[in-house]
Amino acid sequence: MNRYPLWKNLLVLIAIVGGGLIALPNIYGDDPAVLISREGQGEISEMEADSARRALAVAGIEILGARQRGNSLLIRFESVEAQLSARDLLEEQLGPAYSLALDLVPRTPDWVAALGLRPMSLGLDLQGGVHFLFEVDTDSVVSKRVEGYADDFSRRLREAGIRRTVQPLEGAVRVELRRREDLEQAEDLLAEIEPDLAYDSGFDGEGAWITATLGEARLRELRDNAVSKNITILRNRVNELGVAEPLVQRQGLGRIVVQLPGVQDPAQASRILGSTATVEFRMTCYEENALDADRLGRAPLGCELQYHTEGYPILLRRAVIADGGQLVDARQGFDENGQPAVHVNLAARGADAMLEATQENLNRPMGVLFIETKRELDERGETVLREEKTVISDAIIRGVFSSRFQITGLNVVEARDLALLLRAGALEAPIFKVEERTVGPSLGQDNIDQGMRAILVGLFLVVLFISVYYRVFGMIATMALAANMVLIVALLSLLQASLTLPGIAGIVLTVGMAVDANVLIFERIREELRNGNSPQASIRAGYEKALVTIADANITTLIAAIVLFTFGTGPIKGFAITLSLGILMSMFTAIVGTRAVVNLVYGRRRLSRLAV
Amino acid sequence: MELLRLRREIDFFGQRRIATILSVVLVLVSLGSLATRQLNLGIDFTGGVLLEVGYQADADLGAIRSDLAAAGYADAQVQNFGAARDVLIRIPPRENVDDDEKGVGEELLGVLRAGGEQVDLRRVEFVGPQVGQELTERGGLAVLFALLMILLYVMFRFQWKFAVGSVAALAHDVIIILGIFSVFQLPFDLTILAAALAVIGYSLNDTIVVFDRIRENFRRIRTSDAQAVMNTSVNQMLGRTVITSLTTLLVLIALFLFGGEALKGFSSALIIGVVVGTYSSIYVAGNTALALKVSTVDLLPPKKETANDGAVT
Repeated sequence: MNRYPLWKNLLVLIAIVGGGLIALPNIYGDDPAVLISREGQGEISEMEADSARRALAVAGIEILGARQRGNSLLIRFESVEAQLSARDLLEEQLGPAYSLALDLVPRTPDWVAALGLRPMSLGLDLQGGVHFLFEVDTDSVVSKRVEGYADDFSRRLREAGIRRTVQPLEGAVRVELRRREDLEQAEDLLAEIEPDLAYDSGFDGEGAWITATLGEARLRELRDNAVSKNITILRNRVNELGVAEPLVQRQGLGRIVVQLPGVQDPAQASRILGSTATVEFRMTCYEENALDADRLGRAPLGCELQYHTEGYPILLRRAVIADGGQLVDARQGFDENGQPAVHVNLAARGADAMLEATQENLNRPMGVLFIETKRELDERGETVLREEKTVISDAIIRGVFSSRFQITGLNVVEARDLALLLRAGALEAPIFKVEERTVGPSLGQDNIDQGMRAILVGLFLVVLFISVYYRVFGMIATMALAANMVLIVALLSLLQASLTLPGIAGIVLTVGMAVDANVLIFERIREELRNGNSPQASIRAGYEKALVTIADANITTLIAAIVLFTFGTGPIKGFAITLSLGILMSMFTAIVGTRAVVNLVYGRRRLSRLAV
Repeated sequence: MELLRLRREIDFFGQRRIATILSVVLVLVSLGSLATRQLNLGIDFTGGVLLEVGYQADADLGAIRSDLAAAGYADAQVQNFGAARDVLIRIPPRENVDDDEKGVGEELLGVLRAGGEQVDLRRVEFVGPQVGQELTERGGLAVLFALLMILLYVMFRFQWKFAVGSVAALAHDVIIILGIFSVFQLPFDLTILAAALAVIGYSLNDTIVVFDRIRENFRRIRTSDAQAVMNTSVNQMLGRTVITSLTTLLVLIALFLFGGEALKGFSSALIIGVVVGTYSSIYVAGNTALALKVSTVDLLPPKKETANDGAVT
């Protein structure tokens, strides 16, 4: 007789019921929604919510519901079309003080949500959206720091009356002294300024030299810091873009992944995220002739030759009154002539300097310099950084101001982007896009539809085949296969792993492999029957003898899947996850699961033949 | 119902020579093609830009090509993707690293839309050359590492002659799949690499199942005729091998037919892999073990394992 102890039957039952419950949120689907939040901070009030609802009702756009989420208001719609037209309408009605984001909200009933259960998330290739991989140029942070040390050293040595030349090198500073006898004093001085550097020194003819090197640990710290600061800035920028459920994550030593699901305008996202743009406010050298300087190609002392976006030359003072780093707020708006402008708010330090500068320079022009770092190839084919600077405005100072003023000379899009960038903060080190993948929403839906159809057709064909070929046992294997699917979905939901197209392929492959375990068992049972064993003994022997084979075969496949997971990135990882989960689950459903059912069906009776 | 009820055993290993010649020829042709024609690597590995767009009506590829050439993208490859309305454009990596102010994708889309046609952006992929190169290295490393781990596992579970046999079979499969992609210049992207690794898993699965039975039979039959034992084992497992390959092929064919363009390459690589893998687990793995003079002595259960082997008597 073949009977399972109660605990094994219960285990199977609990696994399947539990798995079914965890997988449950996935069957409800999502509603397209629009998320409204106020730029900056602050909750959306009941009154504002009402006016949004009324505006939609007037336009005849039906809503499924609206509720508060955090500080934001979430409005759900019947269709994507309604969602998009509502977004456009609200954008117009509410104005630039609010930001709108498109989102998908699970339609999970309250009692399921109350259990803390959530559906698995969809990958970008299924949902549509943008994936960026940025590389942080950490070398520039190091060289900037080295230059900082060199400046410091030079200044302090000069103050101490030591004759020297100071040269920044790669990861080190070299100081050359004219007189040998200065060495000891210079060394003490440098060690006092920067005790963390490693110093080395020696004599060289008449003079002496010192090198100060940044150690491995210090370099790593610098690079690490630059990457983490950049991640923070990128998060700010992503939040400013108004994306629901973004992902900003470090990858490897110097790379950052940014994933923006559902973003409709990848060009804007790309422009904003990678931008190194910032501004500087400087007085102009109004007393000098800019055209002369342009012709000579040389600027007078204390001035710098720059060009206006419209092409004419301007001489700016080298001294910076304030820069983008001293802003506390920046908003896009319009000036008194209706031209696009960025309204900025300076922090105390910048405001004091600005007040002083405007008091001293009333009725003289002030320039706003727009700076962007670009990466280019030089003639040797190496990448070099180049700062691109243009003067976007050179307006006459009409009155004294300090913290609040406006920047003009931009078009609407430029003003919006600049305001956003200034608000989010400047990047610590320049970043460069090394990978971008954009999936349009229509392709995402196609991928889901086709992937699901492939799973269903594949499943159907397999089920049909094994049910005909193995009859009752085949049907039991079918049940195991269904349970396997449910458990994979449950685990993916539990791990909150996102389902991607390669992930779907992994599930499809699992269907094929999961059946293998049952084929092995059933073939063995047939063999035992052919050898003249009784049906009950054949069942027992079939399961027992096939077990070792199944384990060996699955463990080796699992090894391949784990290697895939370890070495792979994005899409390959998705495939490896579903494949390994599928294999693990199939060991349970195909062996323990089918045995439980076989025992229930056949275990308690005397049999003369088996439907296998 | 039974598909295969054989009166007599098929003499698989009697045909050893033919199988060996076939495998050697296939592997040599594959290696030769890989050496001379290389793989038609996708932008995942080479870097570059890939753009998939949808037109309202059937797309005029010639016009798209000349539009792109006029905009400075003379090196663009333009082809249909799945349907006559869908177009795939591939552009090799450029000299100037950084025109990503707007992104090459946007720029291309602008060029295509310039004629006033409605063009739906379906997918843009931009991969920097450096990322591609890293991926190639990591991919190669992944295959080697997977083979090594499997070699170790089979050595531990069976015996070194079997381990060599199974890895020979896997290398055989991977080389032939790559060879087919090279000979026919099919596009080789990241998903194909994943498929090649999945084939390693699948083919191994098959090999292990056959080895398992060989081990069992060696212990039970205790004869010196290794070839006969292996032949019997392969025959006993034939039903299972065929049925499993068949069910796996069923789902793969479903994936190929209904999974959309994105999964076509992936599923065709796996279909080739399953066919080659089934063949190799019978011939390549077994032959290698035979060539290494595998014998009963190699598989006598070590003492600690006797407890698990109660079933095998």
